[in-house]
Amino acid sequence: MATIAVPQNLVYERPDSFTDTPTHYCPGCTHGVAHRLIAEVLDEMNLASRTIGVAPVGCAVFAYNYFAIDFVEAPHGRAPAMATGLKRVLPEAIVFTYQGDGDLASIGTGEIVHAAARGENITVIFINNANFGMTGGQMAPTTLPGMKTTSSPNGRDVETQGYPIRMAEMLATLDGSGYIVRRSLHDPKNIRLAKKAIRLAFEVQVRGLGFSLVELLSTCPSNWNLTPVESLKFVEEKMVPYYPLGDYKVSPAVSAAKI
Amino acid sequence: MPAKGWIEVNDQFCKGCELCIAACPPDVMALDNERLTPKGYHPAHIVKDGCTGCAICALVCPDAAITVYREVTKAPAAAAAGG
Amino acid sequence: MARELWEGNQAIAEGAIRSGLEAYFGYPITPQNEILEWMSRRMPELGRAFVQAEAELGAINMVYGAACAGVRVMTSSSSPGISLMQEGLSYIAGTEIPMLLVNVMRGGPGLGNIAPSQGDYNQICKGGGHGDYHPIVLAPASVQEAVDLIPVAFDLAEKYLNIACLLLDGSIGQMMEPVELPPMREVKRKDYPWATNGAKDRARRVLTSIYLEPEDEEKTNLRLLRRWQEVQAKEMRYKEYYLDQAQVVVIGFGTAGRIALSAVRAARAQGIQVGLFRPVTVSPFPYERVAELAARAKVLLVVEMNSGQMLEDVRLAVNGRTPIEFYGRVGGMVPFPDEILSEIQRVSRETPKIVDDPGKAWMKRMDAAIK
Repeated sequence: MATIAVPQNLVYERPDSFTDTPTHYCPGCTHGVAHRLIAEVLDEMNLASRTIGVAPVGCAVFAYNYFAIDFVEAPHGRAPAMATGLKRVLPEAIVFTYQGDGDLASIGTGEIVHAAARGENITVIFINNANFGMTGGQMAPTTLPGMKTTSSPNGRDVETQGYPIRMAEMLATLDGSGYIVRRSLHDPKNIRLAKKAIRLAFEVQVRGLGFSLVELLSTCPSNWNLTPVESLKFVEEKMVPYYPLGDYKVSPAVSAAKI
Repeated sequence: MPAKGWIEVNDQFCKGCELCIAACPPDVMALDNERLTPKGYHPAHIVKDGCTGCAICALVCPDAAITVYREVTKAPAAAAAGG
Repeated sequence: MARELWEGNQAIAEGAIRSGLEAYFGYPITPQNEILEWMSRRMPELGRAFVQAEAELGAINMVYGAACAGVRVMTSSSSPGISLMQEGLSYIAGTEIPMLLVNVMRGGPGLGNIAPSQGDYNQICKGGGHGDYHPIVLAPASVQEAVDLIPVAFDLAEKYLNIACLLLDGSIGQMMEPVELPPMREVKRKDYPWATNGAKDRARRVLTSIYLEPEDEEKTNLRLLRRWQEVQAKEMRYKEYYLDQAQVVVIGFGTAGRIALSAVRAARAQGIQVGLFRPVTVSPFPYERVAELAARAKVLLVVEMNSGQMLEDVRLAVNGRTPIEFYGRVGGMVPFPDEILSEIQRVSRETPKIVDDPGKAWMKRMDAAIK
């Protein structure tokens, strides 16, 4: 078997833009998959040297440890605003934010709506795992009706706790949005589609075609109290029906570019 | 005939999450219960023949722990001739 | 009622519920998530209001609304979240309505860490938000004391139409101790003459913090100040340990005070004449009592989990008449009793000097100790 493991037979290896630091994410958490896809895209598009990432508060608060690129740390929810400041003074840089449910859909709704409305030429990667992971699994604006979390112990009651927010659909209504899509990380086919979307989102930015966002349905085995494999099933069976995968906004400019 | 592949799982990164094991189409992977990674996980590894180098394990791996090789086969005639 | 083992955060939450809390609005932030989680289960069980807001900004403004309706309402957060609430706190103070704020302090500034700290003393004792106002700030040193201070805090807030703040740190919030919780007190919605709860057949009311005419704003500010002076005159609280013949007076609040007590006891066993003064109200600060103690002591030793915030109030009280030494740990580091014991031994051994900034000598010792 060792004879197969030679450089000319190499099919896949760890992307360059992924540092050698083992991640702190729970085993099986798809944050790692999302990180890896971004790193692959940055490598393939040769963007690493001019990309600046904006880290959230959430499980990915130390995302900057894992990408071999410039990064800044935003206050909770404020990443799109920091990204705006960076991009406005560094128009040639590629700026992306990486945010979870709390950061983007709870505390950061103001910032994300306005960054999208202004059509900031940044890229947002939104990790939707239906709970607040880092703080111990509380209800998030993306928690499904009836779903139990540590702050909806009897299951999310829509009467008193409201309905989840479909961020991709909502942001797609803004004229400033350029490319808003939702993908999932629950199986190989969907991971491939997710990567294509991430690639396209960065292409949109490189070509100056406006605000791009990729929402990624993701797992949280620890707080869902499921194994990593069971968690993928939860995404497929419970989350995808509520958060349909698809392209919610492809602006005329992006379509015309035929990326 | 199917391609021949080989994978290497990096102990520094593998967390024994088993996503690769579940995703592997020829089902040739399992956790290595005889070994622990430096962080105390049982890493994944190939346990039987049949790896085709499809790289689906690497695709689903959250830790980019897997390096994938696939034997480059030339024309079918050359393969049949053992090339 | 029986004593049971409770986690600090949960005891505080349940204690507030049993004190007649009618509404809780909050947001997760470590190390006080357990307060929110407890409320999320208990408040709906009891038919009372609970919302996990979109963030601290939402939470404090929900508190503002409920407070205008004249209900017993609280929120809880930790340092960075409290910073987010400053605007709302100022508005609530300017509107002259009561509320309870719980701050479970963590390491800072900025994102800091989730370890215990006392770094928000200045932030909350000197007002919190913009403008001239003073929250009543109570600093427990144990889970039981926190639970006991909750009804006190609510009553003070309502009596003086003031913000009351329970100021603790992550260690008290997270530790488990035997606690006796009070019995459940029924919710009694008071009929305040200012509450905006629907005019019905009375003259309508408006609650606001805007006074466009400076003359009116000045009157409002003076009114706030007069009520504050009443709080200062009547609501000071503190604990004293072994101060009778103390040559060395250690001063610390909350967890720092509690740890210092262990050191004081150890020092006394070695024959050192040392006692502890532990303010329970850090706002209003017991300046007069500290001045009295300073007059009798050889040296004061201020111990805090910050870089010397209450130290400034002690210096104000002492007014240069007695030497003051300082020992602090910052950034989420928690001192051990033997660190404080070493300090007590040092100050009782040396000839203390009056210096204009005790923090400078402390920094030199810290620089030498921490590489």
